[in-house]
This record gives sequence, C-alpha cells and structure tokens, in this order.
Amino acid sequence: MTRLAVDPITCTGHGLCAELLPEAIALDEWGYPLLAHGELPKQLLRRARSVAATCPTRALRLVQTPARSAATEA
Amino acid sequence: MTSIAFWYLIRATGLVSLVLMTATIVLGVVVQRQRRLPGLPRFGAVALHRSVSLVSALLLAVHVVTAVVDSYVGIPAVAAVVPFTSGWRPAGIGLGALAVELMVVIVASSLLRGRIPHRLWRAVHWTSYLLWPLAFVHGLMTGTDLGSGWPLVLALGCAAVVGGTTAVAWIGRTSPPAERAPAALASSSAALHHGTHVAVFRNR
Amino acid sequence: MTSVLSTSGLFAAPGPGLPEHRATFGPLPVADPVQLTAAAELTGRGGAGFPTAVKLRSVAAAAAAGRRAPVLIGNGAEGEPASAKDAVLLSRAPHLVLDGLAVLARALGAADVVLAAPARLLPGLAARLAERSDGAAVRLHPTGDGFLAGEESALVAAVEGADPLPRSKLVPIRERGVGGRPTLVQNVETLARLALLARGDREAAGRTLVTRRSQVNHAGRTDVVDMPLGTPLGEVLRVDGAVRAVLVGGYHGTWLPAAVAGELPLDRAGLEPVGATLGAGVLAALPTDRCGLRETARVVGYLAASSAGQCGPCLNGLPRIAAALQVLARREAPPPQLLTDLWRWCGLLPDRGACRHPDGTVRLVASALGVFGPELRLHASGRCSATTARPFLPVAGAGR
Repeated sequence: MTRLAVDPITCTGHGLCAELLPEAIALDEWGYPLLAHGELPKQLLRRARSVAATCPTRALRLVQTPARSAATEA
Repeated sequence: MTSIAFWYLIRATGLVSLVLMTATIVLGVVVQRQRRLPGLPRFGAVALHRSVSLVSALLLAVHVVTAVVDSYVGIPAVAAVVPFTSGWRPAGIGLGALAVELMVVIVASSLLRGRIPHRLWRAVHWTSYLLWPLAFVHGLMTGTDLGSGWPLVLALGCAAVVGGTTAVAWIGRTSPPAERAPAALASSSAALHHGTHVAVFRNR
Repeated sequence: MTSVLSTSGLFAAPGPGLPEHRATFGPLPVADPVQLTAAAELTGRGGAGFPTAVKLRSVAAAAAAGRRAPVLIGNGAEGEPASAKDAVLLSRAPHLVLDGLAVLARALGAADVVLAAPARLLPGLAARLAERSDGAAVRLHPTGDGFLAGEESALVAAVEGADPLPRSKLVPIRERGVGGRPTLVQNVETLARLALLARGDREAAGRTLVTRRSQVNHAGRTDVVDMPLGTPLGEVLRVDGAVRAVLVGGYHGTWLPAAVAGELPLDRAGLEPVGATLGAGVLAALPTDRCGLRETARVVGYLAASSAGQCGPCLNGLPRIAAALQVLARREAPPPQLLTDLWRWCGLLPDRGACRHPDGTVRLVASALGVFGPELRLHASGRCSATTARPFLPVAGAGR
C-alpha cells in the first residue's frame, strides 16, 4: 500500500504540504506535519505526488509498504 | 526591425531581467525564512519565486538573441556563451556569457529537481548568489544606460535590496544541530519562568 | 563503585583474560547464529528487545540481495548514565563479547567488524584483542558519552566518521548503514549471550544483566547482576518502606509505585500489563527522602539537552516539557494551563522523530505524572514530602 511519510530531519516545517493536501496532512502547534495514518486513498494519490514534489526540502515522500503493517524496530 | 528598436529591446530586457532576478532572490529568501507573503497561502511564495525566475530567464533569452541579431554592435553568436570572444566590450559581454551559462544550469537543475540528488540541487541553487553580481557588473560595463539617470538609480536600488536580502539570509542560515537543543532548553525555561510565549525552534 | 554480584553465567570466569576465559567456557564451537538465536528466542539487550534471529536474517537477506558484504558493530556505547552493565561486561568478560562478534562475522561474511565502546575502556579491550588469533579482524571505535551515542543509526554515523547523530529510518541501517553497506548493530550483552548459546548454554537467553541503583545507609550503591528473566522485582532490588518508587528500564523507562513494584516478574509478560519494559536493564529504587518530581525534572532536563536537535517535534517538545517539569518540581502552585500544556506536548511527540528519544522521554514523563500525582498536589500547596534535595539519579556521564 502507498502511504505518506516525512523525513523528520529534513522537514523544517514550511507547511506547504498541509495547505495543499489538507485531507491527509495537518500541522501541529509548531508548524510540523501530522500525517494521516494508513493507506493513502486512491483519489488523493496524484495530488499527493505533486505535493511531495512541491516540498521545499523534499522531506515529504510517498512510500510503499507491504499490505500488512510493517514490524517496528526501535 | 530598426537598429534603434533592437537597442531599446536589448536594454529593456536586460534591465527588467535584472529587476526580476532581484525579485527572485527576495522571494527565495522569503521561502528560506519560512515566511508568508501577506494575503497569500504558504505555497504562494514558492510558486511566485519559480514563476518570476522563469520570466527573468525568458527575458534574458530575448536579451541575448536581440544582442546577437543586432548588427550594430557586432556581437557574434558564440560570444553569448563563450566568454571574451566578442569584438565589442569583450570583458563586459564575457561576464554576460558567464551569467547566461549559470542561469541555464540553475534553471535546468530546478526543472530536474527530484531526478537529481537533493544535495546537488542545493549546491547549484546556492550559485544564484553569484548570478546576480555577474549580471549587475555586466550591465555596468556594457550597458549604455547605467551610467546615469533613473536606470542607474534602479540598478543601485536592486543592488541594495539584494545586499540586504543576502544579509537576512546569512543571519538566518542553518545552525549546527549540537547547539539547538541546549539553546531551546534555555529559551523554554526562561520563557516559562517569565510567563512569556515560547518561540518555535527551527531544526535548521 | 560498581560491583558484580553473581558469579555464574556471564561472569563465571575468575578474570577477564583469555586463559581464564578458555578454562571456564571452553573453546568456541562453529555455530549458526541464526539457528541458535531462533531456537533460544534470544532478544536484543540494548533496550529495544527485538528478536535477534529476525534482525540477523534481515541483514543477511539485504546483504545477499545487494550483493554487498555487511558491516557488523558491537554496541558497547551505553549512553544511558544510569546503566553500567555494558561497561562491566566489557571489563569483566570481554572475550565472551568478542566470541559473539566472531560467530556473527563468520556467519554473515562481514566486510568490517567494529567494537564500539567508551574511550576509557579501549586500552583494556585492545589488550584482550591482542590475546586472540582473530583479534586483528576487530576494529575498536571510541564512543562519546552523549545519551544518544548508542542509538543504532547515530553509532553508524560515528563509525563513518560523521557526527554521532541519528539518521532517518526511511532507509533502515540493515539495508544501508556504514559505507552504504547493510549493517548489523548488536548490544555487547546480546553478543556475549550468543557466545554462551554457541557453547550449548541453554539458559543464556533466559537471563539478563540488570544495573541496580539503591541507597544503603545514606550512600548510593550501584551494581550489576545477571538474573533469570521472570524473577520478581522484589527479589532483585530491595523494595521496602524506605523506597518511594522504582524506575524500571532506565531514562526511557517507567516509574512504578513501590507498593506495586515488588511483586512484578521482570520479563515482558510481567511488565507489559503495567506499561513497563526492562529496556536497558536499569532498576533504581528511589528513596523516600527524595522527591520523584524533582528527580524526574532533572533527568528530563538532561534528556532534553541530549536531543540531537534534528527533528522539529523533539526540538520543540522536549525543552518545553523539561521546563514545565522544572516548574512542577518547585513547591508552588503552577500556572493553571501548565499541566494541560504538558500533556498536550507529550501527545505530540511519539512516532514523529528520526529516533525513539522523544517517545522514550514521554513515557518516563507520563509515568512520573501518574506515580507522583499526590506529590503534584502537595507541591501545588507549597509543600513537598521529600527531606533532601540531594540528587539520586545520575546525569551527564558523571558519577557512575
């Protein structure tokens, strides 16, 4: 499944992503993105790709994960 | 087209391109400082920065073509890209050629953004601070206008704006990660102690 | 001073040298670490408790897929100030750790084998390596005393010669680590236990090292024990009327009230129901004469200053949380919104950084606010139930 991910080191909180894709991205009180969990709805895929290209620091990505939730390591 | 018309076109496109380059730099720093332009959403500054830079590049192209086509000053086409091969004012035209090449590289890197490593894109983008002085000095050395009158005032005004904007960008440049957390801790303690608002800390 | 209590298991040898090691444990057999760790269900001893066999398999798979020999790093950095088990293990039983590295290096076909440990331990380790025929294959790397020095991706960065800062997990180090190669990082205790497993010691995976911190006769005492998993906490750490609360797991761990702590079995099944894990194996018994809020505020101040400062939520959240705890640690009524703000900031941090530093810190803070709730009310009315301000938990690498 395709989902949104942000590289938290590269992200400096410009906030363009939340403006352009409010259905899936909100901002916390410091301006950093809060991404919706889970699979990105199909109808948002194309817009999400273009929003990821607009990120000034290229921190926002679309990632592919297997259908089951990935095992988390610390 | 008459020679006089060419002459006006060369000067006009050159001057306006310089003004738009100035605006591009200002908009670029607005993005870097993560500020909003009043009345516009956040992506407004990014979009304007891109559009203005492309228009300035377009005007630059017209500027170069008309200068080459205009037979009055005898600048061969090759002089547009190979520095110091022009018969007329080789040094000044040479700087212009360098500026053209740099502009092409910067615009190309941004059009290819996402296909080239981000670090490479950033490095090329930084050279835009070199592009402006090249264009400016080229204008002083070759431009028949910039010696006096309002074009000179305009050009000097642009220079002041670029200088000030660069200073702002320099002050807001990235900080070493190791310094950020202790500074944020000190700032938070002080602010909470005085009951004042804690500023947002930037991880750059 | 740190002393070692048990003389079985990892510390069975009478001395750290090779002759004593050989005499006690015998030679190191050829072994398949994946099969061994899978059968014994060995989990990592670095704090995350991840199944070792799964980790080994994924690095081996990444190496095979990319056709690049992996890098192996033994992690003895021990950034946790309250923990001493890795340093003690490296001083007392280094050859078990080196045996574990040898087993893995051979099985994985490692291109580079590194043992990372605090600089002060390196001369001793170099001497131990010199005793071995395979010693030249291991590269020693000195680590700093920052809290994040042992974080896997920060360690990879350090080994590469860069600043010891965590890296984004979007490409995990098991796929691209040191020099772009798949990298396996294992805590030194995990390596030592693997060395015992290779020799047929079936108990090795069922035991764990724990650093105990307590106060005895007004003096702080720290020691390291090798105990069976599942032992009730009260049998490992004395929890009596002089103990206010127990910190389980270290500075990314959980406070537990003394009344509850004593009965708890020290394993995943026993600790999970109360929201705790063994983590880096630290058990600290906070004396009743100390204030839990003041201790936590001091530790969280240290944790906030230790943030790598690379990620926005952590850089913004931890300093605010630390500052708020400073206020709550004082004997005065806090500003009305402070607790609400504090809980909100805590809620904004999990899963939003490049590493688990914000997550772990929030866990500690949340447990403190719960366990020391009565203390919060006391402070708000200008009182405190502690009788001394003397620090109990260590910070910043001093006074281990």
